Amino acid sequence: MLLPTSSVGRKLVMAATGQLIILFVILHVLGNATIYFGLLNAYAAHLHALPPLIWSFRIGLIILFSFHIYYGIVLTLENNRAKPQSYVMRNDLSATVAGRNMVWTGAVIGSFIIYHLLHFTVQITNPGLAAARHLDSLGRPDVFTMVVKSFQNFGIASVYLLSMIALWLHLSHGIQSSFQTWGLNSEQSFPIVKRLSALAAIVLFVAYVAVPVVIATGILK
Amino acid sequence: MNLTLYVWRQKGPKDAGRLVRYEAKDVSPDMSFLEMLDLVNEGLVRKGDDPIAFDHDCREGICGMCAQVINGIPQGPQKKTTVCQLHMRHFKNGDTIYIEPLRARAFPVIRDLVVDRGSLDKIIQSGGYISAHTGGVPDGNAILIPKDDADRAMDAAECIGCGACVAACPNGSAMLFTAAKVTQLATLPQGRTEAARRVCVMTEEMLGQGFGNCGNHYECQAVCPKDIKVQFIAKLNREFIKARLK
Ligand code: HEM
Ligand code: FES
Repeated sequence: MLLPTSSVGRKLVMAATGQLIILFVILHVLGNATIYFGLLNAYAAHLHALPPLIWSFRIGLIILFSFHIYYGIVLTLENNRAKPQSYVMRNDLSATVAGRNMVWTGAVIGSFIIYHLLHFTVQITNPGLAAARHLDSLGRPDVFTMVVKSFQNFGIASVYLLSMIALWLHLSHGIQSSFQTWGLNSEQSFPIVKRLSALAAIVLFVAYVAVPVVIATGILK
Repeated sequence: MNLTLYVWRQKGPKDAGRLVRYEAKDVSPDMSFLEMLDLVNEGLVRKGDDPIAFDHDCREGICGMCAQVINGIPQGPQKKTTVCQLHMRHFKNGDTIYIEPLRARAFPVIRDLVVDRGSLDKIIQSGGYISAHTGGVPDGNAILIPKDDADRAMDAAECIGCGACVAACPNGSAMLFTAAKVTQLATLPQGRTEAARRVCVMTEEMLGQGFGNCGNHYECQAVCPKDIKVQFIAKLNREFIKARLK
């Protein structure tokens, strides 16, 4: 019971963990927005002043990601086995590129998260910019400068942009899919849920890429 | 009209199989797709070749036997229509048509376009029934059923088990089929008693038979000749959650 083995049970774990991770994704992007108001360093300092909060989030996320990734891979392998031979002439009527490549967009997101943690949390990919070693005038780690200098590097900004495209694709299928998995679907609500999910995926994409884009284009310095 | 066909030919389950090109000449637009294949087969037999093996039975759209994949679409390009009810007037003179068998691990090819869909029967056998003692014929109105419920059960019961949903699914899943059977029974009072057990064993048997898991791609609904909706899959999921919370 604790570790479901049934088809729908495992799908429910995917949906539940996916939706909870989305809640985090929303919180995270709201936190990012502090950069436009010059409050990023203050925000970061507040977070780090509360180790129990930050660590419960980290542990929770590790658990959510572990389940999501484990079942995502298991289900994908099982599904590929169930369809060993494709059609010479394939013709998709409703399946999308995003839906068919969940495991790949997921893999991009997963790799990105590792890079992102090394970049901004552990701060070892660009040690010269590490906020932990550069304090601002109030003595706080200068996260703002680390972020701005990073995204002025075109290569780093591109990695973030491409990864967010993967997130967009993943969520454009994933959000509506998770509602269907919970059984929250009727013929009246279905078209609305599908459209709102696509919209939510785009809104999150735009909100995330806004920071690297405004910095790389020199709007935010 | 004249057509170029690429038809999947496979001598038996162990044969690798390949597409073979045929020219279908003097096809009447009034023919059904199966009659067009009959015509091609008559030509093959006259030349002493093996005719193309394909399944069919009622030829009136109610048995589901004739399902095959035409230009990548199980049950063909005509929406809500079986292959036997698809007419050649929906094609143009000079068209090239690819004809392949339903593909899924749970549907092994027996020969050419004929696949073994016994795995769907196994899903039904695992729980697609009610085991109430029914006795004599009951009075028509002894059990009152709201019209909406009766309609929904009838919509689900329209499934003819042709396997197009499985063939269309990128995951080779039989969720639409299983969901139709689960909904048909779970919506009616006679089927409620065993609803919790049924949804669990039928989805379990689905995996056991080598079908994949639903990926919510909705290809199944797009090809279903009987317009079975993915909302039935949502219903199956709700039934599963209810069963587990019991
Ligand atoms: C920000 C991170 C992520 C979020 C918000 C997220 C969200 C979601 C959601 C909501 C679903 C739909 C669940 C359903 O079908 O009911 C999903 C499915 C999926 N996710 Fe993720 N995901 C993330 C990261 C990942 C990662 C790192 C992987 C790595 C393998 C992954 C692999 C998958 C796969 C394979 C599916 C499809 C499962 C299926 O076939 O049903 N995801 N994701
Ligand atoms: S032969 Fe019966 S449905 Fe086509």
